[in-house]
Amino acid sequence: MAIDEKLALELQKHGIAVVPVEWLYNWGRRSSIWPMQFGLACCAIEMIAAATARYDLARFGAEVFRATPRQADLMIVAGTVTKKMAPQVVRLYNQMAEPKYVIAMGACAISGGPFKDGYNVLKGIDRYIPVDVHIPGCPPRPEALMQAVITLQQKIAGQHLTKGQRPRWYDPTASAEYPVPSYGAHDLEPPVNNNVYQRPHQCCEVTNEEIIKK
Amino acid sequence: MIQPLTDEKRYALTPGTEGMIQTQTLEISIGPQHPSTHGVFRMDVVLDGEVVVKLKPVMGYLHRNHEQLAEKMTWLDSMPYTDRLDYFNSMANNWAYAISVEKLAGIKVPERAEYIRVIVAELTRLLNHTVAIGFLLNDMGAWFTPTLYAFREREKIIDLFEAVSGSRMMCNYFRFGGVRVDFDEKMLAMALEIVERYPQFLDEFEKLLTENEVLLARTQRIGILPMEQAINGSITGPVARASGVDYDIRKVDKYGIYGRLDFRVPLGQVGDTYDRYYIRILEMREAIKILQQALRDIPSGPIIAPEVKLRGFKVPVGDGYGRVETPKGELGFYLVADETGKMPYRYHVRPPSFINLTLLEDMCLGHKVADAVVILGSIDIILGEVDR
Amino acid sequence: MIPAIEQLREAVLVAAPGASVEIVASTPAAQQPSLLVNREHLFAVAKFFKEDARFQMDFCSCVTGVDYPAKADKPGFIEVVYHLYSVAQKHGPIILKVRAPRELAQCEVPSLTPLWRGCEFQEREAYDLFGIRFTGHPDLRRILMWDEFTDHPMRKDYRPPLDYEWEPTPHGETLARTKQMGGLTPPSASMEKVGAK
Repeated sequence: MAIDEKLALELQKHGIAVVPVEWLYNWGRRSSIWPMQFGLACCAIEMIAAATARYDLARFGAEVFRATPRQADLMIVAGTVTKKMAPQVVRLYNQMAEPKYVIAMGACAISGGPFKDGYNVLKGIDRYIPVDVHIPGCPPRPEALMQAVITLQQKIAGQHLTKGQRPRWYDPTASAEYPVPSYGAHDLEPPVNNNVYQRPHQCCEVTNEEIIKK
Repeated sequence: MIQPLTDEKRYALTPGTEGMIQTQTLEISIGPQHPSTHGVFRMDVVLDGEVVVKLKPVMGYLHRNHEQLAEKMTWLDSMPYTDRLDYFNSMANNWAYAISVEKLAGIKVPERAEYIRVIVAELTRLLNHTVAIGFLLNDMGAWFTPTLYAFREREKIIDLFEAVSGSRMMCNYFRFGGVRVDFDEKMLAMALEIVERYPQFLDEFEKLLTENEVLLARTQRIGILPMEQAINGSITGPVARASGVDYDIRKVDKYGIYGRLDFRVPLGQVGDTYDRYYIRILEMREAIKILQQALRDIPSGPIIAPEVKLRGFKVPVGDGYGRVETPKGELGFYLVADETGKMPYRYHVRPPSFINLTLLEDMCLGHKVADAVVILGSIDIILGEVDR
Repeated sequence: MIPAIEQLREAVLVAAPGASVEIVASTPAAQQPSLLVNREHLFAVAKFFKEDARFQMDFCSCVTGVDYPAKADKPGFIEVVYHLYSVAQKHGPIILKVRAPRELAQCEVPSLTPLWRGCEFQEREAYDLFGIRFTGHPDLRRILMWDEFTDHPMRKDYRPPLDYEWEPTPHGETLARTKQMGGLTPPSASMEKVGAK
């Protein structure tokens, strides 16, 4: 803070709070994150349970689960993302308005989870869209989802408005839309978006036939 | 794929209006992300105004090739994956798989384990039907209120499941020849308390819903499924019984100890959505009766057949089919074992939700698109099972 | 009550003469032997079981395919298994099996959807995952995979597309694949995201 501590305390006693605009802006944004209703599989049930009376996600500002992506701030990808569903997920992400966040809930959304060997399972949603918070678990408890929302709130609190440290949506040249994969004959095309996620081993050069021959 | 209509093909549902008003049908894809679907399920509908003219369900958005994974793992390794089939009723899926393997290998389950299995399965039935009604009302627009009541009861039951098996939802509790963990006094007391307070909750639920004007207006005479069509379409579970099909696997196969328990099988008469709603309430009352009997008569003893090896478990060559009555219908497992016997050669799940969707189009034709969503809610599908 | 399997076979041979019907045993404990029927007579046999007053198998519970690739001494085939039950008489199951060659061009089985509507989705799934074409099916197209997909994934010789990712603790097939890919070294460079596009 650019203001003297003692002066701030003195002003507070008179009922005047002095905060940076950035803090106020982030406080408003993080205290009312509206998720999109987007449950894919089992983790969706725990997401709904987190929204019910016992765990009550509404305390953290996630009051209304919007049905449409246009009105939502947060996409909680809860459940296994299959290759058939992946283009739809990316399209929904593109349809959300900036600033937007993604929580990957559960092992399946992070990396494919227990179904990683599947021919139809996408090994993690962060192959195509950027993810802000990952929650491990299968399924993670509702308390874990609340912890994730709190972590996201802390992340939002740390975002800056000043030049040089701005997040993506302040950059007029950066696009908020990510390319949507299309259905290929054997797999999605492209299988991974290399701008978002880099596979640890560059195995794209080795083809399937060469592996079988070895 | 629904073909786009050309100029020549125009539907005129009301005769006599040809040439008067030129109408055109509208194709909409409801889903895969939609607040009223029970998971990622898509319906391609062709509408004339608001009336559904054609409906094709599209699934596969959650196809996680559970069957292929099971062929690479041993028999016991697939047990946690069966939890994730119908991820609402994990105990029922476990039982179906355990009973199929026990049938193949000829394992006999001790008494106490049978009673525990029945207790856990009927508790699952309670929680499934309550939440199914909650979601059905969510589809109808009663926003989230009945779901909140339903989830309140569900939380009590899954607290018991967590105490018994360590996990709220994915319990992985059954083993071939019994169950994994024994019920001690405290858990039995928890179960007894749930059973004692449930009729009161059901009365409260019914008071708000059963005679409710809006529910009656939106569900009566909607989505009628005649009995012969239900049998021919392999429909099972509460959907079939609401249409009058007198087939409950608990009474037909008498697996477990169901042969000794005294309970009725409620049947519907009309087969509309209201019947499918009300039969779930009646089945819950029957489940409470079963639970009272099981909790009263549970003997002491071992909870797993002693001769079964948990590691290195082998099944003789051949195939077999075992099934149970889950809250959604008949869940069956067709298993084929080859000479090695350690892994299934073929592992097939007969999912009730998948097959109950066969007649979705027939039930929805002629109704409005809002009714199509309600009819889908009344069939009570779960996508983990539909797509496996 | 369902009579013994030999009597079932006799009844079938009486009703559909010329059919070749074999008895296939299940595991000894399961006591669920099945009838292996040839493709040409499958529809007639199924119709007999549905309409005969002794059986009245009006409920087809489960339809599935099983892939048996060719081994050294035996040719390969794909088997389709039908489980039939009766709601009217509460008995069952009667299990029918039929075999078809594995080559995609000849893998055809008559569809039983005209008899039992419940077979519709299950036969579509068998087509999607195994490549079995059911002649007479009203709407045979893929159901679980997307339409542009060309493989039949549940066949035993299906190879999924290469999609290797580094594993911290590989074992089994994954360990073999890891060694092929060049070893167990973890990813070194930072994986910074450069933003959209």
